[in-house]
Amino acid sequence: MFTGPEIETIFAELGVTHVVWVPDTAIGPWEHSLANSSRLRLVRVCREGEAWPLAAGLHLGGKSPLVVMQTTGLFESGDALRNVLFDLKLPIYSLIGVRNWLVPQSRDTAKTFAEPILGAWGLDCQWIADPTDKPKLAEHYRRCQAAGTPGVALMAEGAP
Amino acid sequence: MQTLNNKSNVMPVVAALQVLADLCGDGQIVVTNQGSARIWPKLRRRPLDFHYNPSTMSGAIPLALGLALAQPQRDVLAISGDGSLLMSLGSLVTVVGSGATNLTVVLLDNGLYEVTGGQETPAARSAVDYAGLARAAGFPSAAEFRDLAVWQARAADVLALPGPRFIRLVVSAAPHEYLTSSTPPLAEQLAGLRLAVSN
Repeated sequence: MFTGPEIETIFAELGVTHVVWVPDTAIGPWEHSLANSSRLRLVRVCREGEAWPLAAGLHLGGKSPLVVMQTTGLFESGDALRNVLFDLKLPIYSLIGVRNWLVPQSRDTAKTFAEPILGAWGLDCQWIADPTDKPKLAEHYRRCQAAGTPGVALMAEGAP
Repeated sequence: MQTLNNKSNVMPVVAALQVLADLCGDGQIVVTNQGSARIWPKLRRRPLDFHYNPSTMSGAIPLALGLALAQPQRDVLAISGDGSLLMSLGSLVTVVGSGATNLTVVLLDNGLYEVTGGQETPAARSAVDYAGLARAAGFPSAAEFRDLAVWQARAADVLALPGPRFIRLVVSAAPHEYLTSSTPPLAEQLAGLRLAVSN
């Protein structure tokens, strides 16, 4: 969907200071651009459950973090998300890659449960389903930040 | 087999934390959770203390790391229980991989899930070498203490070692009266911490 230079530019222009991530096959190619950015810092975590409290610490310390992971990691890190977004009420934005969304015949449960689970949490979601949706990422991020609320960009991915 | 908690050579946890509270500098950020979040506020109250409750289990170290990365001019102290650390041992690798040198992880090891009533962790009947795990993860400084007098004598030196630092304190269970006490209101803490780090 996005190239590495594209996503680095978008994040940097949004004022993102740190990208906290666990990559997948669609997100992974951004690594070079994010890791070598002079405008933001890539923070690698071992497990998605670490990403949310780490982003919380960055936010409380005055920075503007963004969490990036795949749906599988979203599921794994549910309690951490719940705590940071709903107990601490921090407006952390995330970009979640939805595995196999672009594969109509796929019965991948990582795809099936993405929207229902985010819906159950009542999170403000924005699909980035095709290249014409790309501008919606920045628009949605800015809207959520202005409202002081968390938000999720769901990025449609193909087969891993 | 003995559990950690019925060994005689463990430190009283309140006294062990008092050593840290006494040494804590004015500009240092302290993140506590679980049992330590109930004890620390009775020992010392500072604007840069964050008692992470309600928390996500295993979240204190990553949250403290985020603060350390955001505030590189400050030292950050993360106080975690062994049950929490066991839930995300990889967080030790994340700390080292991040490059942060201004973070100290203090492990309060009592072999128990304390706030749920004192059930044993999977490590309670084994001899897990937490300081060794930290060293293997790349921590340049890792130490452990079981004796209060030794901890009192050496704490300042250990806290001055190159970071990130890892300190395992083998401690007793928290006294019941501490575990039943509440932590300061979260909204008040968050507002206070935000203000304090911006100064």
